[in-house]
Amino acid sequence: MRLLFGTLFGLAIAAAVGLGLTYYALAHGTSFGGLAIEGWTAWPKTGTVDADPYARASISRTGRLPTAMGDGVSFSLKSDDDGKALDGRCEVVVAGITPVARFWTLTLYNADGGLVANSTNRYGFTSQEIVRRSDGSFEIVVAPRANSGNWLPTGGVDRYELVLRLYDTAVGVATKAGREIPMPDVTTRSCP
Amino acid sequence: MIRWLLLILGGALLGGIVHLASVIILPRTATQDAYARLAPIAPVNSVVALPVPTPEKAVMPFMDPAFASAICLYDLSQGPLKLTVPVSPAYTSVSFYTRSNVAYYAINDRAAGRRVIELDLMTTAQHDQVPEDEEVTAADRLIVESPTPTGIIAIRAMAPEPGLMRVAQGTVAASKCVTQAEPARPQRK
Repeated sequence: MRLLFGTLFGLAIAAAVGLGLTYYALAHGTSFGGLAIEGWTAWPKTGTVDADPYARASISRTGRLPTAMGDGVSFSLKSDDDGKALDGRCEVVVAGITPVARFWTLTLYNADGGLVANSTNRYGFTSQEIVRRSDGSFEIVVAPRANSGNWLPTGGVDRYELVLRLYDTAVGVATKAGREIPMPDVTTRSCP
Repeated sequence: MIRWLLLILGGALLGGIVHLASVIILPRTATQDAYARLAPIAPVNSVVALPVPTPEKAVMPFMDPAFASAICLYDLSQGPLKLTVPVSPAYTSVSFYTRSNVAYYAINDRAAGRRVIELDLMTTAQHDQVPEDEEVTAADRLIVESPTPTGIIAIRAMAPEPGLMRVAQGTVAASKCVTQAEPARPQRK
């Protein structure tokens, strides 16, 4: 009897630990070989056949098609430079320059990877649409209310994610964080 | 007391194995992966244009709204596939994914270096059957080997400004993926 209870207890722990770890790893997007630059994170290997089992599981679970290596690389950001989670009720400024790429797009998604409804039907910017300063840098204001210049509406959602996709770029598996790949700075300017 | 500690330790170790096994098995059991989402709207071996994602409706999560996209779910069991994609003025790319949604190849308009991206998709076995002399005469023919007999081709054209979306959609809609009959085997005596 004691043996039976002991075995069941051990198996229950195994199931809880194992499935708990799996859930945690996939919910937090854990994967090896991440390229983190100033908070922006990309997993260039996820777009290749060398994608690790965690990346494969995450791809299957979310139902997306990853950006393939040779097409581009996609960086995502969930919190500003101070580590504060991006909040759709605040005014967040994305300013600076991007790594060299033929084209880039910056898109705002909700937690499920969907676009956020807003009055102007603007869900992001492309490198061609953006209004730049004379030195080539740009400033995008991500805010719930209209702003002059490059305004990316948040629709007032709690949490969102910014995805910067570089197309036809040299940034990839071999890239290391450094001065060659400058990422735009993200700061929360004001919160209600 | 020691007995319970050992049970907890053993359970945790076994838990590690359960964790690794579940991560590896998950892609095979996922019912809402990209292929499963696309299969109901896309017949096999033909190009189907996907609607541009909107907040209300998107075929897949994390789609880039600046792109017009089309997909071709392929099945190479009937023979190799010929893919033709006209190039849009801005940026056009073709990405290849296995049945389990892993990207194994991608090419963009500049890498293709022409006004039309043209390539043949085949399995390794089919590639081996291509007569060698034919491969030499068709040196400019781009051959892509698929690791799995089925999979997804994603054709995407960029609209750098919203006004150019029509052009981009026209580009992806004009793409073709067609099954070719098995190449005739040379008769040997």
